[in-house]
Amino acid sequence: MKRSSLAQKIINAPYILWAALFVIAPLIMVLYYALTDSTGAFSLDSVKQIGDYGGTFILSISYGAVATLISLVIAYPFAYFLAHTKANFQRMSVMLVMLPMWMSFLIRTYSWITILGESGVINSALGKIGIGPLPLLNNGGAVILGMVYNFLPYMILPLYTIMAKMDVRLIEAAQDLGCGKLQVIRKVVFPLSVPGIASGITMVFVPCVSTFYITQKLGGGQVNLIGDVIEAQFQTANNYNLGAALSLVLMVMILICLGVLNYFTDSDDEVNGGVLV
Amino acid sequence: MKNTPVIIDLQNISVSFDGTTILNNINLQIHDGEFVTLLGPSGCGKTTTLRIIAGFLQQDSGDVIFEGKNINGVPAYKRQVNTIFQRYALFPHLNVYENIAFGLRLKKMKEDDIKAKVQAMLELVNLKGFGSRNIDSLSGGQQQRVAIARALAVDPRVVLLDEPLGALDLKLRKDMQVELKNIQQKLGITFIYVTHDQEEALSMSDTVVVMNNGEIQHIGTPIDVYNEPANAFVADFIGESNILDGVMREDFHVEFSGMRFQCVDKGFGKDEPVDVVIRPEDIDVVPAGQGMLQGEVTSVTFKGVHYEIIVDVDNFKWMIQTTQKASVGDIIGISIKPDEMHVMKKSEYSGLYGDYSSFSEEFDELSDPTVVEEEEE
Repeated sequence: MKRSSLAQKIINAPYILWAALFVIAPLIMVLYYALTDSTGAFSLDSVKQIGDYGGTFILSISYGAVATLISLVIAYPFAYFLAHTKANFQRMSVMLVMLPMWMSFLIRTYSWITILGESGVINSALGKIGIGPLPLLNNGGAVILGMVYNFLPYMILPLYTIMAKMDVRLIEAAQDLGCGKLQVIRKVVFPLSVPGIASGITMVFVPCVSTFYITQKLGGGQVNLIGDVIEAQFQTANNYNLGAALSLVLMVMILICLGVLNYFTDSDDEVNGGVLV
Repeated sequence: MKNTPVIIDLQNISVSFDGTTILNNINLQIHDGEFVTLLGPSGCGKTTTLRIIAGFLQQDSGDVIFEGKNINGVPAYKRQVNTIFQRYALFPHLNVYENIAFGLRLKKMKEDDIKAKVQAMLELVNLKGFGSRNIDSLSGGQQQRVAIARALAVDPRVVLLDEPLGALDLKLRKDMQVELKNIQQKLGITFIYVTHDQEEALSMSDTVVVMNNGEIQHIGTPIDVYNEPANAFVADFIGESNILDGVMREDFHVEFSGMRFQCVDKGFGKDEPVDVVIRPEDIDVVPAGQGMLQGEVTSVTFKGVHYEIIVDVDNFKWMIQTTQKASVGDIIGISIKPDEMHVMKKSEYSGLYGDYSSFSEEFDELSDPTVVEEEEE
């Protein structure tokens, strides 16, 4: 190891530089703005204002949690059945799951407006049979739909990966010892897929909680989440300090949520080598 | 064993995958308490047979009878048979105790009873005190013991063992063979054991079922299959054999290598072509001119307990295992007692095995099916 230490340093250098520039430096800047006022002097004013946004934080986490739960409920059975189909079908399905990601996130979200809007695809179809127009857009439901739609692949992929890798003999062993189909899932498949569930939750929950684009386009100003508030501080209110303080709190809250999640899945992570896709 | 009732009866079982025949009309009766070994090379269908008995696989045709009842289509979890898997298939999210208790919990046993049963099983497999250990922290041999305990804990009527010792090193393998046999005798339950290791099959089993190409070649006791192999394949697969082309002139008289010999076999047609098997260790080396046949030594290998000598007799190369020393180029005589010749009917395998003319240690190992890793589905 010692002989290659210089080579290793050279290989590692770009990554360390990258991390310093784009991870550590922004974090320090967030911290700096959060703990200063507009003149640059140390101040806790911004941090003190955060209390006013408690409701928004709770709302954001609730929306994130609901969207994550719905994604999990949709993705889990899908991943399970997919993992038990023929290899060719699996490959094609995984590609189809990823296909929407080839398009811009903005376009994908925007296209829902043309589907859900008052003169959108659904309402014009319903109009022909004398129903509606229904208020499908600009409400909480549309926001949740947008979150689930956009982030579902990030739930499916880790679940599918862990289920496809699961040893068939473990399932056979469970059947052999007396497990019916549902018991196999409850006693073997589910516990062994916990690391996949944990990665899926992480990858859906975090972007859901901090999103602002989905709420703006599909919520139509009716749903104001913490991402919107932070964006407004930077873009319109020009209050970088409050925006940074809110971001800091959001980060801490997400870290706490993930910490709780890891606490419950840690022991299984060890056993399975912690699959994070 | 034959005086106990039949517990598993396979009748005319056939299976094929994608047009390839895996099992062709298998008929096999297994008696209660018997230790039966399915023995054969890779791809012979032995694992498939086991999976059909376990209920993991449905046969295309034929019946599986368990204690007189047809159990075709009964799913694995309702069958009174349990499998010990090749690579153990222990649940990684459960510790040793919970792995063994897995089947007991499904039976909704009382916690006290489960505890007592798990402790008894841990003692049976010599893993007392390992209950709270993680599966990952165990060695291969220990994992194997947990797998055995887990399968036996649910009191199966029949235990299916799919090359259970395949992943262990030789020394551990030998110890586990003895231990498995002891456990089987102690509990008195039926074991159906799949292996490609002929030595393992001979030393553990009450009955050996030799399979090849999806068909049963020979069912018999270890002594039967070794001493009275049904055909050239069985003779060659189990131990070393010289297999000669012969003609049965009349009862108790067989002709091969241009000579007529006395033997103990009868019941063949007059002048029926046959295969004659002579085991290398049954051949006596005598001075030239004094034997029934004689030839030139072409190779001598020291094997520890004996020498392995290849002798060329009229262009047929014999293998002889003897404690007497000979040198390459020597002319020696060989002598065979009548009861050490075994006469077999001609089969599709005649002429394929039993001549050591292309013999070399390396070649033997390359072509030895027992060295090939078993990978069947």
